[in-house]
Amino acid sequence: MSVTVSTTVNGDSVDFVCAPDETLLDALRGRLGLTGAKEGCGTGDCGACSVTLNGRLVCSCLVLAVEAEGQEIATVEGMAAGETLHPLQRAFIDHAALQCGICTPGILVAAKALLEKTPDPSDEEVRYWLAGNLCRCTGYDKIVRAVQAAAAEMRRA
Amino acid sequence: MRYEKPQTVAEAARLLSAEKGVARILAGGTDMLVQMKSGMVEPDLLVDIKALPGTRTIVKEAGGFRIGAGVSGAQLSEDADLKAAWPGVVEAANLIGSTQVQGRCTMVGNLCNASPAADSVPALVAAGAKVRVAGRGAGRDVAVEEIPAGPGKTKLKKGEFITSVFLPARGARCADAYLRFIPRTEMDIAVASAAVNLSLDEKGVIKDARVALGAVAPTVVLCEPAAKAIIGTRLDDAALEKLAAACSAAAKPIDDKRGSVEYRKDVVGVLAKRAARIAYTRAGGQK
Amino acid sequence: MAFDAYVKREFKQVGTRVARPDGVDKVTGRALYGADMVAPGMLVGRVLRSPHAHARIVSIDTSEAAAMPGVKGIVTGRDFSVPKDEFLADVAVNCLAQDKALYDGHAIAAVAAINATVARDALKKIKVEYEVLPHVTDIDVAAKPDAPVVLEGRALETVPAGMGANVTHRCEFGHGDLEAGFAKADKIVERSFRTAATHQGYIEPHACLASFTTDGRADLWVCTQGHFYFRTLCSEMLGMEASQLKVTASEIGGGFGGKTTVYLEPVALMLSKKTGRPVKMVMTRDEVFRATGPTVSTSIDVKIGMTKDGRITAGWADMRYSGGAFQCLTCEMGAQAAFAAYDLEAVQTVGWNVMTNRPKEAAYRAPGAPQAIYAVESVVDELCQGLGLDPLEVRIKNAAKKGTKASYGPTFDDIGLLATLEAAKKHPHYTAPLAEGQARGLSCGFWFNFGGNTCVTMNVNTDGTVGIAEGNPDIGGSRASISLMAAEELGIPYEKVRTIIADTASLGYADTTDGSRVTFAVGIATINAARDAIRKMCKRAAMLWGIDEDAVEWKDGAAHPAGPNAGKFPPMSLADIAAKSFQTGGPIAGHYEVNADGAGVSFGVHLCDVEVDKETGATKVVRYTVFQDAGKAVHPDYVEGQMQGGAAQGIGWALNEEYIYGADGRLQNPGFLDYRIPVASDLPPIEAVILEIPNPGHPYGVRGVGETSIVPPLAAISNAISRSIGTRLQELPMSPPRVLKAIKGAA
Repeated sequence: MSVTVSTTVNGDSVDFVCAPDETLLDALRGRLGLTGAKEGCGTGDCGACSVTLNGRLVCSCLVLAVEAEGQEIATVEGMAAGETLHPLQRAFIDHAALQCGICTPGILVAAKALLEKTPDPSDEEVRYWLAGNLCRCTGYDKIVRAVQAAAAEMRRA
Repeated sequence: MRYEKPQTVAEAARLLSAEKGVARILAGGTDMLVQMKSGMVEPDLLVDIKALPGTRTIVKEAGGFRIGAGVSGAQLSEDADLKAAWPGVVEAANLIGSTQVQGRCTMVGNLCNASPAADSVPALVAAGAKVRVAGRGAGRDVAVEEIPAGPGKTKLKKGEFITSVFLPARGARCADAYLRFIPRTEMDIAVASAAVNLSLDEKGVIKDARVALGAVAPTVVLCEPAAKAIIGTRLDDAALEKLAAACSAAAKPIDDKRGSVEYRKDVVGVLAKRAARIAYTRAGGQK
Repeated sequence: MAFDAYVKREFKQVGTRVARPDGVDKVTGRALYGADMVAPGMLVGRVLRSPHAHARIVSIDTSEAAAMPGVKGIVTGRDFSVPKDEFLADVAVNCLAQDKALYDGHAIAAVAAINATVARDALKKIKVEYEVLPHVTDIDVAAKPDAPVVLEGRALETVPAGMGANVTHRCEFGHGDLEAGFAKADKIVERSFRTAATHQGYIEPHACLASFTTDGRADLWVCTQGHFYFRTLCSEMLGMEASQLKVTASEIGGGFGGKTTVYLEPVALMLSKKTGRPVKMVMTRDEVFRATGPTVSTSIDVKIGMTKDGRITAGWADMRYSGGAFQCLTCEMGAQAAFAAYDLEAVQTVGWNVMTNRPKEAAYRAPGAPQAIYAVESVVDELCQGLGLDPLEVRIKNAAKKGTKASYGPTFDDIGLLATLEAAKKHPHYTAPLAEGQARGLSCGFWFNFGGNTCVTMNVNTDGTVGIAEGNPDIGGSRASISLMAAEELGIPYEKVRTIIADTASLGYADTTDGSRVTFAVGIATINAARDAIRKMCKRAAMLWGIDEDAVEWKDGAAHPAGPNAGKFPPMSLADIAAKSFQTGGPIAGHYEVNADGAGVSFGVHLCDVEVDKETGATKVVRYTVFQDAGKAVHPDYVEGQMQGGAAQGIGWALNEEYIYGADGRLQNPGFLDYRIPVASDLPPIEAVILEIPNPGHPYGVRGVGETSIVPPLAAISNAISRSIGTRLQELPMSPPRVLKAIKGAA
């Protein structure tokens, strides 16, 4: 039995049909073609599928697609404004905060949620906030620096 | 699988009672969806309770707090009054999972998932929290420690579910604290945990205390000998040692991939001591 | 490439921190990884895996599953003929079991269905009858003659008579008179160590999309470190000609060695062949842990003798490695690497492989070296403690250098170990005061570095830009470093160069992205392809100028008359020549192919400070500094990234990561919850100090940098913890229960 879901993704109204036990991650990737969110584990342990649900950071693998009915979803695909990258996206490139890049969309979405709540975080706050976003390439050093650089830029703006 | 999102408690109860197959509640989903993914449970009916009145709010009641079953960890951390009154409960709930998981996970879900290692449960038990159980009949209030029946099992009957948890009013010179041990700094399941809730008299002597332990028995342990070890003291070193010994003695853990019996018995005492010190300081006690 | 390829020069672009070309795609979610590709009419493939550590497969009944609506095809091991070549046969049997399930998670059958739900339900309807056999997962137990036998008849001739059937290989390296060496020592320490198997832990699970057409051609999209090698393996397993299988490497979400061999790919191809439809397969995280490459688990004995003044007189090690349920030669690399950092008169290392009912080992960053060097560096540290010597001075005193006969045979050319040690000694970290309860540890690390087969085509476009096609999936920023080297050699801006990873039909063979070989070997090919293009451009300029082509030279991105006798012409830029190329003989492309030799070895030194909670056994790493010789850091950001990333993985290995098997032989922690890779809050800032001692075997002096960094953390942290708690730890990981036990044992 399928259900129809009407929701908002990155500001756009979208409808899709899905199975009731389908995750929001599968719907984003499979139904809507938004493959920026990645499945690293499917159990909420890696954060690669991070999106926001009504502004709240969540793992989209731990949300059912049907729960998105009438809600607002934001994904990495909605971070840049046209050709202008979000300061976090720019900072991640400038500070070499990505290697393979599989964790990057989730980390960017998570870091954006952090800076909206805490514009001037300590390194420790950044590290604890991002503890649910596994990165196996970088050792996190350059990620923390990039988040801080973006935060500084956003505070100046 | 059917997904339902009822608008009233009565409707939710009716759906759950009527279901002949496997029925499950969905609140935060951070345990439920993991179990569904692994095939551990394949529900025929999933009842999302987040549209029920009161499930998404924290309301002051009789000087205490009524917290809806759908209130996320992140919401708890944003309620300044709740944090001030029950810092141990909030810090325990905030230790569950990652920031992402905090966006969804609930204390009631943590309780009903019935893991012996659930972080918020020892803190709720130490706090003397009660949950409101709904079902076909009239609702009833039940002490948190009465809910878990064993790993993965609760004492809730078919068709019953929890709509809220209630934390009582706080007087002066009261505080709680919760600590768990995990191998990393985040993202792990407690190897052992301890919650301490205490109240002091004007002189800083512990008047009353509740100590609860997690991950050292099939269900949360409300450890009365541990409480007795510190009641009537100013939490001197001797009292702390007796507290630790009582906790270690009450622990009946298992050997598994996360820790050995010996390790858990040792560490639960260490955590109880450290949590007691934090709670004592928070309550205004000075050594 | 000769060992005298290096020519000292001033770099204009190499060494700068330019933006990586794949950056925007990766920060916007546009980059396409293994699981991100779709094809019209695509089916979903899923694998049924053994729940037993060791079992005979009596029968597989797929009839009920095959009859389910939506199920389009099922394959088992019977669909593949086992290749004659023993190595290839092992790879094939690992992809789908033949007569026995050899470990928990071993693939038994696979289904292609219209969606994931139907595929999952179909797996439940496949009836497998198993005859459960005794299993063995512990290396020391497996080595005994009476242990359950994983596979019969797999021992090589290297194994002496009388060993258990699971012992499949023995190797030995070294030189000098051990007995005489130990006789000269003032102190001898002999210790035994064990290290748990760990997983590469890439965040992207294995994924592929296979499409087989009825005329016998196939396309494969896959996250891989080596799509050419995948083509070789898959085409041989499916009995195809290489030309008929085109493999395209997706962006790769981490590999670290673990995506150097096939698991799903031949199965997906076979399912696609059977169903006539494209088939996509993506592993779950559980499958990644249970069925793909962990490292070896090891059991190692080390004996070292030292004089009072810190001179090592002899070193010996006997190292048992288990590469899982198949033959595995990683013990060779461990036995060669163990003492590589030391200039020794007498040294001997013996390596063994022992089979266990565990998944087939796959490479993980410097495969075999971390375990061996952990054991050696632990004993060196204990000797330093015992003799009251500074551990850094002792390493400087014994350091291998140019002219040292390495313990594994060759004589070293220019190497960076001493410079690295001296840099560590001078760094403020080494002398910074330690807070109460903290302790400091250090360790050397080493990796051979590979060269190998590479092919590069460089297309000079008519608008003056340059496109490079190379064949190595980019796992650490290599498109940026290759573009930089091309820009440097051609003398044009980095922004004018775009490097892509060509599919297997578009370029000659490239060895896998492994052994820290890409910036080195593809760099050589790129520089020489640029030189080839330059020769051609000079010829075109000569033609336009009407002078002899030998009278043209290339500098700063333009052809110039070589000297006053050549004639007076203004320089003709790459863009000028390219714009006129259709009039001067057609398109211009440089090309180079090479089996590169001369990869300079790499050394590193790590310093770390730790704090141990004496009541819980928990270790916190409070300061960490990596020193490593990069030869020449082409893109310093990504060199630092390799140093930091390897250190973080090593820290995880040292403290918490391990494969935990139950008494039933099943893996107990196949997920990121209980297989504990470091999270952001676990780690301190990791300072990376790059040394540049040019590699004589590369035109720019480049050495591989990817692997050495995972080697030192194991001993550096163990040495720090051991000094902190006053007792020597001899087993990895140093998880809190193990550390607390050691503390209580010492008290």
